[in-house]
Amino acid sequence: MYGYHGKILRINLKTQEVKVETLDLDTAKKFIGGRGLGTKFMMDEVDPKVDALSPENKLMVVTGPLTGTATPTGGRYMVVTKSPLTGTIASSNSGGFWGAELKFCGYDMIILEDKSEEPIYLNIVDDKIEFKSAKHLWGKLVGEVTDELQEAHGAKARVMTIGPAGENLSLLAAIMNEKDRAAGRSGVGAVMGSKNLKAIVVKGSNKVGIHDPEALKAVFKDSLKKIRENGVTGEGLPTYGTAVLVNIINENGAYPVNNFQESYDPEADKISGESMKEDYLVRKNPCYRCPIACGRWVEVDGKQMAGPEYETLWAFGSDCGIRDLKEVLLANDWCNELGLDTISAGTTLAAAMELRELDLVKAEEIEGQPLEFGNVNAIVEWTKKMAYREGFGDKLAEGSYRLCDMYGRPDLSMSVKKQELPAYDPRGIQGQGLQYATSNRGGCHVRGYLISPEILGLPEKIDKNALDGKAFWAKAFQDLTASIDSAGLCLFTSFALGADDYAALINAVCGTDHTGDTIFAAGERIWNIEKMFNLESGVAPSEDKLPRRLLEDAIPDGPSKGQVHQLDKLLPEYYELRGWTKGGIPTDERLAELGLK
Amino acid sequence: MIKIEVRLFATFRNGRGKKVFVEMDQPTVEDVLQSINITNEEVAILLVNGQDGHFDQVLIEGDYLSIFPPVGGG
Ligand code: SF4
Repeated sequence: MYGYHGKILRINLKTQEVKVETLDLDTAKKFIGGRGLGTKFMMDEVDPKVDALSPENKLMVVTGPLTGTATPTGGRYMVVTKSPLTGTIASSNSGGFWGAELKFCGYDMIILEDKSEEPIYLNIVDDKIEFKSAKHLWGKLVGEVTDELQEAHGAKARVMTIGPAGENLSLLAAIMNEKDRAAGRSGVGAVMGSKNLKAIVVKGSNKVGIHDPEALKAVFKDSLKKIRENGVTGEGLPTYGTAVLVNIINENGAYPVNNFQESYDPEADKISGESMKEDYLVRKNPCYRCPIACGRWVEVDGKQMAGPEYETLWAFGSDCGIRDLKEVLLANDWCNELGLDTISAGTTLAAAMELRELDLVKAEEIEGQPLEFGNVNAIVEWTKKMAYREGFGDKLAEGSYRLCDMYGRPDLSMSVKKQELPAYDPRGIQGQGLQYATSNRGGCHVRGYLISPEILGLPEKIDKNALDGKAFWAKAFQDLTASIDSAGLCLFTSFALGADDYAALINAVCGTDHTGDTIFAAGERIWNIEKMFNLESGVAPSEDKLPRRLLEDAIPDGPSKGQVHQLDKLLPEYYELRGWTKGGIPTDERLAELGLK
Repeated sequence: MIKIEVRLFATFRNGRGKKVFVEMDQPTVEDVLQSINITNEEVAILLVNGQDGHFDQVLIEGDYLSIFPPVGGG
């Protein structure tokens, strides 16, 4: 067995029944693994209409065929479930070391069913599966839980856990591993919390079978060379992490400020990657077998902690009108401890600040620090209250869309399909806006990172303001990303590697005969099955849209002054390229071609 | 003579600071970069007034450059 172990661990949390099932390898290869395979199982086993926080929803934790191998960045896993935030398919990816360790236990995926009556955690050591009481862990922070579980099960055990946000069913809750790596988006932590499952500890001793070790050595060497020689993966990300984007996106005039009311921040440099490196950086913080090492490790007032990503710096920074790097670093640390998605948490605060600015939220509703743009003392306090659903925090825990809807202004939520948009204003980057609107998990930049060609010029520079060709790029990036996510690799490899490289890596490990074309085709299959899940769950095709502000209100100042997003000009071509109807629905013919009917 | 503001980022700041001003007569982008010892090859992202720029673009009073070495990824 190569790449895959061919084993699924099916765990019923209510009855505590454990089954080891055989993974059908043809299905596995068709959907590659991770995101694709998890969605296929969701489609087959879960009614898409199910309430995401009910016992009927399932939580799939899925590795890819390259997870746990010597391929560069091959340590990733996906959490696939129905999202309580968006109602769409959720597939949240995480790095660190946990995914590889799960693979070493001898399984390709875990399917978690039903709901435990009491808080529990799972301890998995190869074929030994233990259900343990988590009463003593319930309510504890991620760092504490991780330390306690490593003390109980050995320093080499890897811990994935939810924090208080997941326990309290915040729709913005993440699942954390190694304390600071997150399957962050779409509220997957709340699904875990709804099942009374606090943590999963893994420690394994199985190797992943490699079809052609010699070929893998050669492809590995080749990809490593490309990664090292590429400016972004060999130099930029290792030196500054993703935080370097603060200045890049700001200088392009696509850096949202105060809940997307503006899109250029003259003071952005105060919270930039350059400033973080200068004042707080201690070292890099890489994931399993990663030659890029974009992760940051910082020190604040003598305490060391994981540093933030670009999106986090922005969400708690300029989007909340804040330019105090120290407070943003602390807010990031609290999100890790509480198990919150930093993007959605920060931007939900920004939305609340705008509701307050308009006096829709009244001062008397806010017990504590005023929720006002620029109030540095507000972000940590309200992040905590959001996780504990304390006072007004109870409303924040529902995410920006539901929050703004409560005050009659859902249009003030800068979200797509109820998931908050990340740190790129699509009015200044047209392709990225199309990608946001059509993303199968709602507002998201990593479903097709068009920033790469539109801003960074990789693999080639295209005009950020042009409309021509953007539908093609959006589809191509979405399809390729679906395959990378499913293989178990980090998306950041794609700055240096192309579809042919991924095909070669997968072939060497699995003995498949992928080409660049079949990698794109597999990604397209995955994209379409995700869309089918969403349609069946009741997310209408008309949800492929952007917030009104981005379509109608021109950017008031800065380099992109005067621009709006022109989604209506891009969507028809996109649907046509996908072979979908004009209304955005996959045709039976297209689904048949993709082997989905 | 016109005065061009050059905003420097990432490693371009080493030994130069965050911002420099260059005074020249009808300069192209390349002329300005040469005057601060940066070659075209070193520049991965070049913006003139926040929009994609070209090395042979002739600059006018009030223009500013933002330049980045290969970086990025979020
Ligand atoms: S590039 Fe960054 S996120 Fe990706 S595997 Fe490496 S350290 Fe982790």
